[in-house]
Amino acid sequence: MNSRTTEVLVGLFMLLFLAAMTILALKVSNLTSLSGAAGYQVHANFDNVGGLRVRAPVSAGGVKVGQVSQIVYDSDTFEAKVTLTIDEEFNLFPTDTSASIYTAGLLGEQYIGLEPGADDEVLEQDSEIDLTQSALVLERLIGQVLLNK
Amino acid sequence: MIDFLASSGRRYLDALASLGRASVFLIQLIGALPSLLTRFSLVIKQLFSSGVMTLSIILVSGLFVGMVLSLQGYNTLVGFGAEESLGIFVAKVLVRELGPVVAGLLFAGRAGSAMTAEIGLMKATEQLSGLEMMAVDPFKRVFAPRFLAGFFALPALAAMFSAIGVLGGHLVGVELLGVDAGAYWSQMHASVDFREDVLGGLIKAVVFGFVVCWIAIFQGADCVPTSEGVSSATTRTVVYSSLLVLGLDFLLTAIMFTV
Repeated sequence: MNSRTTEVLVGLFMLLFLAAMTILALKVSNLTSLSGAAGYQVHANFDNVGGLRVRAPVSAGGVKVGQVSQIVYDSDTFEAKVTLTIDEEFNLFPTDTSASIYTAGLLGEQYIGLEPGADDEVLEQDSEIDLTQSALVLERLIGQVLLNK
Repeated sequence: MIDFLASSGRRYLDALASLGRASVFLIQLIGALPSLLTRFSLVIKQLFSSGVMTLSIILVSGLFVGMVLSLQGYNTLVGFGAEESLGIFVAKVLVRELGPVVAGLLFAGRAGSAMTAEIGLMKATEQLSGLEMMAVDPFKRVFAPRFLAGFFALPALAAMFSAIGVLGGHLVGVELLGVDAGAYWSQMHASVDFREDVLGGLIKAVVFGFVVCWIAIFQGADCVPTSEGVSSATTRTVVYSSLLVLGLDFLLTAIMFTV
């Protein structure tokens, strides 16, 4: 086999590699939404985050507006401190916006839902969401139902 | 009794000595890599024999592994009414584990053994000594191009394996078993992360490529220069690199993918 054919075939090999990477990046994984990761961080304290994970979606009115970027335990307030990264384009949330942890479906993944308030001022980098509602922990709920009987 | 102790001690020392030779060999190999910048056509030739020639087996097995995963996953998931999550299952298993590992094993069997046999035969027929006589460094002319090409070919092959596997999963899951195509792709899209899953898998493939090529080239250059020596060196290449791929896979998974 002459070197010209070899070169052409190796070129084809590289092209296939690029095609595979494109499929993996755009179809299989979520590289496109990762590039839009530029946003601002706001913090919210929850009594209990349940099964909330980092990278869980943050949505408002059912539309994804950002994601959870950090969850730490705050030993001063004995609460979980959740940092939300909200996309740059959604920068008009009033300061009295409330954050609740919901479950998608009955046993699905947990996400944070934002409900905008009515304040004139808006959330900015590092501002704090005061109105929060913790995750619904199924065991606790069942316990309450049994006790109230 | 003394004989037994002596022979087991000798075998242990032999193993240690070959590990030492392999390490020195690796350093020389890496030292020879910069000289390839001026002679890149050598790498292209090797990329052809280790990459392009392995392509067909990679694509066919990738397709079938994807199809089997989809079939097995569907049968399990349908019991929970969760067959919509089939895409996540197929993609995560392929991209994180099976893509790099199976591509690594196939690469060791197809390209690694060929590399060892070729270099071993060069040694047996004294072509390597001939090169040295002509003041051509076999590290720069023979070993380094093969090393670089294999090192690069395996991640490429692993990516192709995963991509075609996902398509094979689509073929069986969506076309044959009737999972909704939108659910298959959108759930996969939502929960496979590019940095963590896809790049994690590629890092594995890079490590496997490094290890397999190192073993294959070293075994070739270190073999006993007889037809028997070449054949046992080829066997050792396949056995050692398969074991190392599987062992390293566990180690890398433990490091990268545990929360």
